[in-house]
Amino acid sequence: MSIDYSKEFSVIEGKPTLAEINDLIARPTETRPDRGYYIALTITLSMLLIGIVCLGLTFYYGIGMWGNNQPVGWGFGIVNFVFWVGIGHAGTLISAILFLFRQKWRNGIARFSEGMTIFAVMTAGIFPLIHVGRPWLAAYLFPYPNEHGIWVNFISPLVWDVFAVSTYLTVSLIFWYVGLIPDLASLRDRTTGKIKKLIYSVFSLGWRHSNRHWHHYEMVYLVLAGFATPLVLSVHTIVSFDFAVSVLPGWHSTIFPPYFVAGAVFSGFAMVQNVLIVVRKIFHYEHIITIDTLEKMNKIILLTGSMVGYSYGMEFFIAWYSGNPVEQFVFINRAFGPYAWAYWIMVTCNVISPQLFWFKKIRRTIPVMFVIGVFVNVGMWFERFVIVVSSLSRDFLPSSWRYFTPTPVDLGILLGSFGFFFTWILLFIKTLPVVSIAEIKGVIEGSQIEHHAAEDSTSFRPRQQEGM
Amino acid sequence: MDNKLLFAVTALFNSPEEILHAVREVRLAGYTKYDVNTPYPLHGMDGAMKLKPSTLSYVALVLGLTGTFSALFFMWWVSAVNYPLVIGGKPYFSLPAFIPITFEVTVLLASIGTVVAMLFIYFKLPNNSYPLHDTEYMRSVSSDKFGIVILAKDPLFDEDKVVSLFKDLRSGNITSVYYETEEINVRHTVFEPKFLSFMAATFIFTAALTYFSLNYILYWQPFNWMWFQNRVDAQSKSTYFSDGFGMRMPVEGSVARGFIPYPYRGDQASASKYLVNPLVASKEVLIKGQDKFNTFCSPCHGYFGKGDSRLRGQFPAPPSLQSEKVRNYKDGDIYHIITVGQNIMPSYEKQITREERWAIIHYIRALQRSQNAKESDVK
Repeated sequence: MSIDYSKEFSVIEGKPTLAEINDLIARPTETRPDRGYYIALTITLSMLLIGIVCLGLTFYYGIGMWGNNQPVGWGFGIVNFVFWVGIGHAGTLISAILFLFRQKWRNGIARFSEGMTIFAVMTAGIFPLIHVGRPWLAAYLFPYPNEHGIWVNFISPLVWDVFAVSTYLTVSLIFWYVGLIPDLASLRDRTTGKIKKLIYSVFSLGWRHSNRHWHHYEMVYLVLAGFATPLVLSVHTIVSFDFAVSVLPGWHSTIFPPYFVAGAVFSGFAMVQNVLIVVRKIFHYEHIITIDTLEKMNKIILLTGSMVGYSYGMEFFIAWYSGNPVEQFVFINRAFGPYAWAYWIMVTCNVISPQLFWFKKIRRTIPVMFVIGVFVNVGMWFERFVIVVSSLSRDFLPSSWRYFTPTPVDLGILLGSFGFFFTWILLFIKTLPVVSIAEIKGVIEGSQIEHHAAEDSTSFRPRQQEGM
Repeated sequence: MDNKLLFAVTALFNSPEEILHAVREVRLAGYTKYDVNTPYPLHGMDGAMKLKPSTLSYVALVLGLTGTFSALFFMWWVSAVNYPLVIGGKPYFSLPAFIPITFEVTVLLASIGTVVAMLFIYFKLPNNSYPLHDTEYMRSVSSDKFGIVILAKDPLFDEDKVVSLFKDLRSGNITSVYYETEEINVRHTVFEPKFLSFMAATFIFTAALTYFSLNYILYWQPFNWMWFQNRVDAQSKSTYFSDGFGMRMPVEGSVARGFIPYPYRGDQASASKYLVNPLVASKEVLIKGQDKFNTFCSPCHGYFGKGDSRLRGQFPAPPSLQSEKVRNYKDGDIYHIITVGQNIMPSYEKQITREERWAIIHYIRALQRSQNAKESDVK
């Protein structure tokens, strides 16, 4: 297929009218959920319930319910934290970085992935809290003038983490909400229910689609995207500092920040791709979230997957090149030691499986890309497992080496975190527009006046000649 | 209908081209209080309306810099001024380690502040009582129409002229929007009883919940489990040891640091003969001696060593340290008595170190001299 690059293609297939877009995107919020939805909700809520029970056991009896013990003090708690924060990164990448690059195909998936960011960060936020053992004292993590008369340690990466993750959640939430305001106003003007109308009125703040507002709104959206872009890079960088700033072999390495960021985008895109495949199918959004969009996402998965693979190789190279026997031991131990099974799962899923996306046919075949997306997420979970557990279980002192085994409570909390995440996703897709109505309207064919079209027209002058 | 107050005249158009054209005509006709409502931001509209570039980017800049400097200032104040603590051999103000938090606070403040400024200061939202709400016009522009509205407060406003202008522009739908009479007549103030009672209820609820959490819930299981540990506290009973004491005596013959065994037990004469005060009666020594004397000696012997016990007869009054006998004691005698005790006075060997005993002796000598001062002492 030859492509004429001089002409910009619409990212929306078919030529839907503005009203059709409105109806289509608002429909899930206006219809009663069907049986499939309830079944899905039952499953996720059951998973969540298992997680809650396991969390309750942890709260009551303490962290001793987990597999963590010397020397593996960071078990599933930190593995899951890093995994879920990573999932969130794709959302900000899509909504902010692709916005700055003027990638119009992002418009169809931005709202959903931003929502996913928020839910993923919320899920991630649970883990450091429960990992401190006494989550009701978590306020100590913030620098407030407390009764102890002391402050937090500002040069500790764990405190950086508190700031990074809470800033990330707040800014993502604001970004998401600012994007939602016009759509909530559209829903407000459509709805007939009294309670719905009240809720939409309150949250749309009386938005009136005024151009005097749009004018500032677009500037703020740009500013937020500009802030969110370095923010998303900083968050996983700081998460990687939790490891890299320590002196443990296998953690103490300068490649960690870029490697973690690439891995985060990698797993996040796989998660967005997976869930979007389901959403576009059940809500009939195939012409908004097109196969082209999915293909572009797969290309990003391929790119970031290759970066992750390169990082794995580079870690080994540096271990050899440094001449540091301890470092070398750690990496040989990773690939051939007691956790070799986890390492090779990771390599298979993260390095080998996304390479299939070199084939255009695979990039555009939904079942295959779905399976690869699942593989990528499994692989990225195992990557964090390998980093956290294999380095800790065999540290400097051979007498304290120990094989880490998770307990059922660990596994239950992991399952519960998926339940938590997907419950939010399910509630979100049924209550709010999963695709940005205003943004989609702005990119369908004929919605914006092309500059050359304006020049041809004699009835009015284009903007450039108006004295801009 | 006639006594209703006119808010604006609105016109709807079907395409972006038409609305852009209409806006130019409206602006060229000299209207200033007009607005355009489109379902999505329409490119070229800002130019057509001659809107100045948004100043919100400057708001973001100012807030961002505020965040940067306040975060740096706060961390400097905490780490270098309020509670300086050496961590990892780093300087108190270690800039590289402060960069991550500085960055996060910058982003946080700028993002929140810009959005708040936009919504609440620039747009004056929330405003659900704007007269255009709940009109057919608003329902159309939030779906698929492009609307223009000229407000009645525009100096050039004249209803008929505006309507005919819109007709010339071939708008398919021209309507006049009126204020709702209720909206004009009812004034909502901050001090409405409903609002005040809502605030009061919120306050009471929050306060009660906080009080309950901090004073009750945190004392429930499992929140209090750190208090119950399998350990024996000082001064407590033990079922493990046969003597029932939680605290253990040191093994026979153990010597604590600074407490070398006393060689003249039961032999005051030798102590008097061989022991000499090794300290010089400097100011520091006297202050130390005073401190220890007041702590350990003065309850019985009195602050001036006169034997005026503060124990109000619970014990037999001890002898005065100002007596002829004690004044003639050698330092070694007093040292001996402090160390091994005398009559009902117990040994203070375990409470008072050797150096402190000598310091006390200097202080006792000073007391003796002060209470029996000669005229020459004053000179």
